[in-house]
Amino acid sequence: MSPNNKHSKDEITPESHYFNRRNFLKTSIFAGTALATGLTYRHFSYKPSHDVNKSEFDFPRRNLDGDSSTSYYDITHYNNFYEFSTDKDRVADYAKDWNLPPWSLEVSGLVKNPLKLSLDELNQFSQEERVYRFRCVEGWSMVIPWMGFAMSELLQKAEPLAEARYVAFTSYFDPNEMPNASRAGLPFPYVEGLRLDEAQHPLTILATGLYGKPMPNQNGAPIRLVVPWKYGFKSIKSVAKIVVTDREPPTTWNQAAPHEYGFYSNVNPNVAHPRWSQAQERRIGENELRPTLLFNGYADQVAHLYNGMDLRKYF
Amino acid sequence: MKDVQFQKRLFFYNSLIPFLMLIWDWSQNRLGVNPVEAVLRTTGVLTLLFLVFTLLVTPLAKNFGWVWIIKQRRLLGLYSFFYGCTHLIVYLFLDRGGDFSSVSEDISKRPFIAIGMLSFFLMIPLAVTSTNEMIRRLGGKRWKRLHQLTYIVSIGGVVHFWMIVKSDITYPLSFALVIAALLLYRLKTKMSGM
Repeated sequence: MSPNNKHSKDEITPESHYFNRRNFLKTSIFAGTALATGLTYRHFSYKPSHDVNKSEFDFPRRNLDGDSSTSYYDITHYNNFYEFSTDKDRVADYAKDWNLPPWSLEVSGLVKNPLKLSLDELNQFSQEERVYRFRCVEGWSMVIPWMGFAMSELLQKAEPLAEARYVAFTSYFDPNEMPNASRAGLPFPYVEGLRLDEAQHPLTILATGLYGKPMPNQNGAPIRLVVPWKYGFKSIKSVAKIVVTDREPPTTWNQAAPHEYGFYSNVNPNVAHPRWSQAQERRIGENELRPTLLFNGYADQVAHLYNGMDLRKYF
Repeated sequence: MKDVQFQKRLFFYNSLIPFLMLIWDWSQNRLGVNPVEAVLRTTGVLTLLFLVFTLLVTPLAKNFGWVWIIKQRRLLGLYSFFYGCTHLIVYLFLDRGGDFSSVSEDISKRPFIAIGMLSFFLMIPLAVTSTNEMIRRLGGKRWKRLHQLTYIVSIGGVVHFWMIVKSDITYPLSFALVIAALLLYRLKTKMSGM
């Protein structure tokens, strides 16, 4: 040992202390990074918990084909409502505080009696429950007990003129209440359209509720279209304006991607979406895939509307 | 903390945390209304994320002096492969329900599936040749060239993600920008090296 290295024993950090400090530091780094990783993961993977009042309105209904309805919770926590969020699991959360204005539904265009109806007036149409299959273009489906009235009743009241051929729908839109709209990648307000005979078909309804309750915000409060044999995006939510016209109206998804979403968008297992198959679907709440049915299983009631049409061309 | 063993453990367990949390959420029924979709999406994003981490190693080492991180690159790359495997397994057995005829139809008719599959298969030789023994056997130069496949895999991964999104491109766009920056960095290094 050189003379320079003469330290008293006390000056040297005892070996055990040194390792303890090292261990403490390591443990802290380990715990700290693990916590940061966990919190980051949680931030991005967050899903609302699945057990709040889950069965409050859960009295499954059946339709004539024996399909049992999807749970109230699932129907109201898995929504495509891009004005609020493009994350289906979060729409309910974001739409919770939506301040709906006093509603008025306008019916105008090629009609004898233009209408402007309040929610009270709309509720005077004979409401009934319809348990319909609902097939989203993304490949999932539900069975939903809607409350509502036939669209044809409203049209009857407005009296379309002889030259009327189509019906155009416009959603309510308020960028202040719907902050995600600018990120959704779609122009708003959302617009949809039907041929007049499709709109008048007895299966087509304007729905004001589900499971016997008023329509939840995230499902298209206070009133929405339901066309059960078409992909879900045709069933426009929160309808504010209806215009009867003589030409095919523009529709939001068709304008965003014309080769992917046609004006008709009838459920059809034989015509694939360019990016995925439509032959099967995942019924929410089930594990096995189901075969998708032509016109979503309503072929015997609606196929005649498309007699002689090439469904591949008019997809 | 210049303790390679410790760093390795740190990276290993941190990279595993998302997987453990995903399994935990699944067992607690906390993956939302469509759990299969949630698992598929999460594992896919994690695959891409770990690809980005892998590509980040070189610039961090060269430009920020984090030379120690080079020793963890293999682990990050293998985690990308691991999440890619879980993604594929979930797709095959849960999304498609083990119906392989619909899988082959998917591959032949759905470009985004084909691109995803191709990117995954390109990762296999990288994972297989990730051992020290294989580096030695291939020789550094050849090994390095082979592992430049990572660039193609990352592009394929982003395209695959972009094509499944309907209209909100926020996430695929973010990945595309980061990966583009990381690839341009390499192009620039290569040009200035010539």
